[in-house]
Amino acid sequence: MSTMTPVRPQPQGAPQKPKGRVRSASASLWEASPLTYLALILTIVLSIFPIVWSFIVASRDNSAVTDIPPPLYPGPNFFDNAQRVLDNTDANFVYGLINSAIVSSAVTLSVVFFSTLAGFAFAKLRFRGKNALLLIIILTMMIPTQVNIIPLYLLMVKFDWTNTLQAVIVPFLVKGFGVFMIRQYAESAISDELIEAARVDGASTWRTYWSVVLPALRPAAAVLGLLTFMETWNDFLWPYVVLNGDTPTVQVSLNILATGYYKTDYVQVFTGTALAIVPLLLVFIVFGRQIIGGIMEGSVKA
Amino acid sequence: MTTNVGEVAGPRHGRAPQRPPKSRTVRIGRLDLKLSPYLFVAPFFLLFAVFGAYPLVYTAILSTRKNTLTGGDAGFVGFANYTKVLQDEHFWIVIGNTFGLFIVSTVPQLVLALLIASWLNKKMQARTLIRMGVLIPNITSVAAVGIVFGLIFADRYGLANWLIQSVGLHPVEWRNHRWSSWTAIAFMVDWRWTGYNALIYLAAMQAIPKELYESASLDGAGAARRFWRITVPLIQPTILFTVIISTIGGMQLFTEPLLFNYGRIQGGSLNEFQTVAMYIYETTFTNNFNVGRGAAISWLLFLIILIFALINFALVRRSVKGTSS
Repeated sequence: MSTMTPVRPQPQGAPQKPKGRVRSASASLWEASPLTYLALILTIVLSIFPIVWSFIVASRDNSAVTDIPPPLYPGPNFFDNAQRVLDNTDANFVYGLINSAIVSSAVTLSVVFFSTLAGFAFAKLRFRGKNALLLIIILTMMIPTQVNIIPLYLLMVKFDWTNTLQAVIVPFLVKGFGVFMIRQYAESAISDELIEAARVDGASTWRTYWSVVLPALRPAAAVLGLLTFMETWNDFLWPYVVLNGDTPTVQVSLNILATGYYKTDYVQVFTGTALAIVPLLLVFIVFGRQIIGGIMEGSVKA
Repeated sequence: MTTNVGEVAGPRHGRAPQRPPKSRTVRIGRLDLKLSPYLFVAPFFLLFAVFGAYPLVYTAILSTRKNTLTGGDAGFVGFANYTKVLQDEHFWIVIGNTFGLFIVSTVPQLVLALLIASWLNKKMQARTLIRMGVLIPNITSVAAVGIVFGLIFADRYGLANWLIQSVGLHPVEWRNHRWSSWTAIAFMVDWRWTGYNALIYLAAMQAIPKELYESASLDGAGAARRFWRITVPLIQPTILFTVIISTIGGMQLFTEPLLFNYGRIQGGSLNEFQTVAMYIYETTFTNNFNVGRGAAISWLLFLIILIFALINFALVRRSVKGTSS
């Protein structure tokens, strides 16, 4: 900074600020201008419009979809429409919601448990072959699900698991990304002294994990859990392949509504969409800050 | 031992001498130290072996066999599935669609994300709320996005056509042309992912020392110049990271184009927007249930992604070296 001052001793900005530093110039660099706010508000309007619109249509009747210009406020029919969707025996929406809750919770618990376990081992324990194993985990993150779908499907047929919840739970109990993420967090969040102290106290490795490491990993575990829950809830391709309307997840129910016999009953389709979004919307409203923090931190560390 | 108050308060003299030799616990302790790490990482590898590695290998094996879901396995055919796929015009159409859709959606998406990130990278009121507003499309399910946008881009009564007509242009038949269907699908993908990438860029931008901008602005560099000369070069590794992520996602595009055309796996009457992933599904789970051919396409897709990722990695390596030295 000091090398700049001789060149431009008096920046042309208003020099009212008594503190002699470049405070005024830098503040104007970092303060959001009205134009910035406007641009961001526009972005947000575009972001929430389709969601708000589907809720509005879901609360009206079938003419709302084709209304020009689109209706801008909700109507009175949301609960009637929801009742109609939930009563639809082909889409099986109630089951879809319950199944999705079961599947997402089971996968989340498992991914968080196994990821913290392995992530802790990779970050803080010493064992032979550690680096090679970690490299394998990173490589597993690059295998696209698409590639495995056919043999996975044949495997499910062999196990007689098609149209069962196991089929959408068991193959996803572990996630390379989770192990990697927890490992990165544990490296810096857990001091070696902490582990050492637990050992001196006579704690076994398992005990150390359970009562010392796991509590310390809670912030990262929470973020991993949230991301996993949302991803599982929203997963489409694999449930679409392996499940049908008898044992649907909510996305499968939604697909039946939107592509099958009912596809022209737009209000039902939109009400289903709204019902499928609501649980995640609640999660997002409560935990939004953590989710955002997790996405931003994860990207810096990766 | 540490519960003994006197011992904690007093200075430690190395090992406590009064401790009786407990050889069994020591042995268990050593076993614990040696075995536990493997036990802790074992669940991952066991489950991955069954549901990750085995399918990957099995796909490769299947791709060399004549195999249909209805007719069963009819023996080894070498690379016949691959040559058939590579000679099939249909395959090249879906490859073109997948790459085309990838570029049409990713380029504007990342540019827009950079722009939004630079807006977010300021001091402002209601910071968390604004970030949540930007991220919210990302938490909605792909299926929901496909359905809602399918109706926004409906030929008649769709909101998109209403907007187009209100400025005096002719309505578009969204599913009948390559360019229009690609535009609509790119819109869906970008709507869902731009905010997510913006947050990733924001994280990288926050790591840039503010002094750089201040001195540049004192030197008379305007906002645009600072953006292109400081921000973009310094977050280049992150940009490449998002390109990798978008590549892996883009090559697997499936749900949006499927639901855009109300669940039809062919993606348009002339396959205008059928992607490789849809083609795999169509080959394997409809028509002749040709598992062997589907597996061959799957492996080709995997190879494409792998090559892309390796190229990207090489670029990342180079750029990281370039900026850190």
